[in-house]
Amino acid sequence: MNIYQYILIYTLTALSWISVDAQIPPQPIIKGSVAIQNGIIHIGNGEIIQGGCILFENGKITYVGQENRSADTVINAQSHHVYPGLIAINTIIGLTEIDAVRSTRDFSEIGSINPHIRSIIAYNTDSKIIPTIRSNGVQLAEIVPASGRITGQSSVVQLDGWNWEDAVYHSTNGIHMHWPNPYSYSKGIISPNKNYITEVEKLYQYLIEVNSYKDDKEKKEKNLRLEAMSMVLKGNKPLYIHVDDQKAILDVLEFGKTNELKVVIVGGRDSWKVAEQIRKYDVSVVLAPTQRLPSSADRDIDQPFKTPSILQDQEVLWCISESGSWEQRNLAFQAGQAVGYGLDQEAAISALTLNTAQILGISDRTGSLEKGKDANIIISTGNILDPMSQNIIYSFIQGRPVDLDNKHKQLYRKFKKKYSLSESN
Amino acid sequence: MIRKIITLFLFISIHIIGLSQETFPRNGAADYSSGHVAFVNANIHDSPGHIIEGGSMIIKEGKIVSVGQKLDIPVGAIKVDLKGKHIYSSFIDLYSQYGVPPTPKINNPPTVQMNSLKKGPVGWNQTISPEYAAVNEFTLDEKEAKERRLNGFGSVLSHRIDGVVRGSGFITTLNNTHSQTTVLKPTTSSHLSFRKGSSRQSYPTSQMGMMALIRQLYLDAEWYREYGFKVETNLSLSAWNELQDLPQIFEVSNHQEILRAGRLAREYNKIYIIKCKGDTYKRVDDIADLNMPLIIPVDFPMPYDVEEVMNADLISYRTMKEWEWAPANLAVLESHNIQFAITADGLSNKKDFLPNIRTAIEYGLSPQKALEALTTVPAQLLNVDDQLGALAPGYIANFIITDQDIWNKKAKILENWIQGKYFQINPESSEYQNQSYKLTIGNEDYQLNIHDNGKSADLIDADSMKMKANLQTELNRFDLIYKNQNDEYIRLIGQKSGQQIQGSAIDADGSTQSFTAVLIPSDEKKIEKEDSVSIPELSSMIYPFEAYGSPELPQAQKYLIKNTTVWTNEAKGILKNTDVLIDNGKIAKIGKITKADNAIVIDGQNYHLTPGIIDEHSHIAINNGVNEGSQASTAEVRIGDVINAEDINIYRQLAGGVTTSQLLHGSANPIGGQSALIKLRWGKSAEELKFKGAAPFIKFALGENVKQSNWGDHQTVRFPQTRMGVEQVFEDYFTQAETYLAKKKSGEIYRKDLELECLSEILTGNRFITCHSYVQSEINMLMHVAENHNFRVNTFTHILEGYKVADKMKAHGAAGSTFADWWAYKYEVIDAIPYNAAIMNSVGVNTSINSDDAETARRLNVEAGKMMKYGGMNEEEALKLVTLNPAKMLHIDDRVGSIKVGKDADIVLWSGHPLSYFSRAEKTFIDGCLYFDRTENEDRAQIIRKERAQLIQQMLKAKKSGSRVQPVKEKKPIEYHCDTMETE
Repeated sequence: MNIYQYILIYTLTALSWISVDAQIPPQPIIKGSVAIQNGIIHIGNGEIIQGGCILFENGKITYVGQENRSADTVINAQSHHVYPGLIAINTIIGLTEIDAVRSTRDFSEIGSINPHIRSIIAYNTDSKIIPTIRSNGVQLAEIVPASGRITGQSSVVQLDGWNWEDAVYHSTNGIHMHWPNPYSYSKGIISPNKNYITEVEKLYQYLIEVNSYKDDKEKKEKNLRLEAMSMVLKGNKPLYIHVDDQKAILDVLEFGKTNELKVVIVGGRDSWKVAEQIRKYDVSVVLAPTQRLPSSADRDIDQPFKTPSILQDQEVLWCISESGSWEQRNLAFQAGQAVGYGLDQEAAISALTLNTAQILGISDRTGSLEKGKDANIIISTGNILDPMSQNIIYSFIQGRPVDLDNKHKQLYRKFKKKYSLSESN
Repeated sequence: MIRKIITLFLFISIHIIGLSQETFPRNGAADYSSGHVAFVNANIHDSPGHIIEGGSMIIKEGKIVSVGQKLDIPVGAIKVDLKGKHIYSSFIDLYSQYGVPPTPKINNPPTVQMNSLKKGPVGWNQTISPEYAAVNEFTLDEKEAKERRLNGFGSVLSHRIDGVVRGSGFITTLNNTHSQTTVLKPTTSSHLSFRKGSSRQSYPTSQMGMMALIRQLYLDAEWYREYGFKVETNLSLSAWNELQDLPQIFEVSNHQEILRAGRLAREYNKIYIIKCKGDTYKRVDDIADLNMPLIIPVDFPMPYDVEEVMNADLISYRTMKEWEWAPANLAVLESHNIQFAITADGLSNKKDFLPNIRTAIEYGLSPQKALEALTTVPAQLLNVDDQLGALAPGYIANFIITDQDIWNKKAKILENWIQGKYFQINPESSEYQNQSYKLTIGNEDYQLNIHDNGKSADLIDADSMKMKANLQTELNRFDLIYKNQNDEYIRLIGQKSGQQIQGSAIDADGSTQSFTAVLIPSDEKKIEKEDSVSIPELSSMIYPFEAYGSPELPQAQKYLIKNTTVWTNEAKGILKNTDVLIDNGKIAKIGKITKADNAIVIDGQNYHLTPGIIDEHSHIAINNGVNEGSQASTAEVRIGDVINAEDINIYRQLAGGVTTSQLLHGSANPIGGQSALIKLRWGKSAEELKFKGAAPFIKFALGENVKQSNWGDHQTVRFPQTRMGVEQVFEDYFTQAETYLAKKKSGEIYRKDLELECLSEILTGNRFITCHSYVQSEINMLMHVAENHNFRVNTFTHILEGYKVADKMKAHGAAGSTFADWWAYKYEVIDAIPYNAAIMNSVGVNTSINSDDAETARRLNVEAGKMMKYGGMNEEEALKLVTLNPAKMLHIDDRVGSIKVGKDADIVLWSGHPLSYFSRAEKTFIDGCLYFDRTENEDRAQIIRKERAQLIQQMLKAKKSGSRVQPVKEKKPIEYHCDTMETE
């Protein structure tokens, strides 16, 4: 069966579902080889192949290049754009369904030092939100516990799983920490935090404790927290440190170096001010959404839009993020926002794919369209960075076709019927 | 000699008279004294700007008897020689709570307090207390009186600083006798403010609520006087009526609030004396136009401690400029002929009072104005200028004596006389000050130099060796101890007589020698000259006084935009290679324009020109609360009362091509407040932002916010708590409004009610509704309520399930203004879909995309662009979602929303396709004025960087030169949303 038929049959099935509550099940892997021909291939590493071909089989990419290869199933991607699947980093997808309803909030545990907390087991594959994110080209997401000083262990999931075990892409990619705020906010006034240095010293102290726990061969009792935290020692796993202010970023760089950690900055509002130092320390940055207000009235009105191109010019390894549980369907546009302010289009794509994969420690398997990597591929009829042109028509995760339908499309179809609106819309 | 006289006064002042409590029984023999004193040889500043040099002043029984150049000193008057000294009228402070206790705290107040806890037949709101007379609770407070006397004050106006309407104030002197004699006028003034004070009653939560409350108070009082007194007894209203002929003092906390209070005053033909903060320089022209007097503090901010480089980043450009400009405020007011009095209020260190005024004088305030602001002006404002504020016969003997002109840097107040009673403030400089004596102890000669006002000294012996000495002087006694070369202490005990001191010196062995010290005549006393200081140069005044403000506001000019792609939103659609001429603020011509005299030509090649973006749902540029969420209906409150013309988001949104925003009340209650429509004329005042002639709107709301669903478990008191209750709120209020209208039409006497007036306007088709709404059931419900009462809902905003009832909306005639793609954040948005706008639009509902968020608003063009993805809208239709469609919704499409000859020149030039993420607004025009220009934006950013650096330099210098500094801190602005309940 050729993929056209496959998709066609599938689409017809989808159209026949009028019920909004219908589940959208994961699909089996495609048998045989698949060739995507004639597309504009955005590799993810900054390169483009015009009118090239990608071949994949058994979930892995077997060829990427200029010449057209034949296959059991052929997709003609003429004038379409082919990208690696987008990766959403620093999210609470699947950890909450309705933010205002407490019973659906599963991302915020009590306690301050929680390195033993694991997000993966709370990840709800059946969230109605996930298909709405998936259909805009996002395939993988990092799921992060969100509160406390050390919030816990994050995981990377693929967004088309039957259950969380099935969805795991990287069960524990690292630990997240919220760096102490050098400024405190009270009654509408912001001022230097008098306890900042004390709080930072506590973290240094904690790392000493973790080290000595690890080294203690005769320990009698197991400490779950210290045990978990040990994974970041010697840079074995990244420590993702959420930090925004210039002063604190500098302190984080030094903290990482002193403790021999592999630090990733998350948020990084002021990272543009200290981009050079960040590069010198060989630290990467997960930038908070570009679509936010400048941090103060004095700040360049476009600063958040400009920060990506500054990091890019300074050769910092950085990526785009979109926090929250549903907003990731706009992930590509967060990168697009920076394009109007100096960011190169292919650099923007890297910041959604390969850079993110590197930062998450999964770039050996995904992030770019290269031979040997997972067949995580999306095809759009137009440029995905701009909603005017973004139109995802295919998505394959590990070689499995992803159903691009979602609750919103279903409701759309239902009510178009009600009003007898044309199907072309 | 002088000392002796002072000692004498200390004695007589114990029993000053004329001021006794006549009606009170005495304990012991009467102790009468007339306090008859003649001051001669003084420089008498009998009125500001006028000096009688070497004049005399005679006081008796607490009053001034005569003032003049040459006066006969009556027999029996004590004569005081004030050669070289100055007399001024004592100062008057119009803002204090002197001697008045604070409002008692209520024990265990309820969590949600709907009603007033006040006792007696008074008004319904706890923050409105016109019946409170501060004088009834007055007791002398000598500690505070003394502190104020030190700064030269002789009398104060005191009231209880609590609440929006605070009742009456009274003027009292700062004498320490008895309140019966110090209080000059028990009911002097009436006090109002924009501060709720101790009341915990829910209403009002916002400044617009306070303004509505004051308006209704004026109306209710009017009604009560004419008719209402027959219906009810209301001590608040009767007291309020009695206060109306008194001076009305209104306290505000910034320059924009001055204009708000001023507008309120004008609505009711009042003059307010506005007690404000020292930031009036920011909008001084508008304040001058108000023509109302001000009470101004001199609490200039201290420089910030910016030595830690990164912390200095916290201090905003505005805060730095405020520090720099504060001392110039009084001079600015003077140059604009604004009448003002000065208050000591706000000073954390009261000792800064006179020095700060002297600093203000350095910055250009005239010494005469300074005196007026402390004496004649406050006296006039309180109508006590026949008793206080000048030195003239019949006036109360309130005056100060200084050692030199009071505005000289080193001048000291020596004495403060109040009601003819003497209070010492500072001792005179010691007569030993800076004197040198030839000291002879036995056979040894020394030079003795006395310093530090007679408190220290040194000796220089024949070998020019210098020895430090401790000196004590009391009356004419003279004690000195010094250490000689042998490390022994030598002690001198002597007495001064004329220019000579004589006594004995005791050495380490206990042996005694006599000593004499003879004054070495000094050269002619150096005349202390004040350094002639030039007025410090200040960084530029900008409008608004915020980052990216500008010294000059843009003017409407003739612009010719050539060869561009014009999105007309008219039948002609998108025109390529077209020229557009704007002139006199309007679109003058579209097409091929070969000639346009004197027009500024802009090359529009590769650019796109569109109508300005209109945001149907915005909460930017609002001060002190977006919600008056205290009651189910607050139709009486007006967002237009509290527009914040200085919100940086105005500028940021101009940079996103927004030209018009509808500022809405929040969604905390079913019937919210009245909306305001503004054009984003960055730099203009709040009033000038308003879109003149626009149709009036009001905000309604449905769903979770009005039910208080997500506000915590204790918010279960206010009706309604369900959608069922919401319907009945509307039914109830519109039924009331119908009854009200009928009563009004019948000619019966009625009480004018601002809430029902507003709702009546809806019934009569003179006001339109924008209703915050989510789910289909409630949308349907409100349309039914409206139809039952014969009106229509103009706009459903948010309207996330509009796609489910689009046909009904169309039939009803409602428009829909929605988000592009928000959902999932609360239960009622669980069925929200990004195809909503496309469906509504296709069904024929006038549809727009709005922001409800300061960040989203600066890229509404791309939010509209999303509708090409979700629902396949064509690009022209998509652009209309944020331009023409909202213009129609707001009934302003005859003015804006498309590029058509004759319409307002509210247009945006984009660097590329206007719906693309890759494009930027390059130029934004409003009324033909270029309000945003990307090139100029870079210049402004550069100026901010430069001025910040300069001001940091100045603060560092100030610290190094010994100025006190304050730790770094900065106010963080609130970004309002629909459900924001907090205020600034």
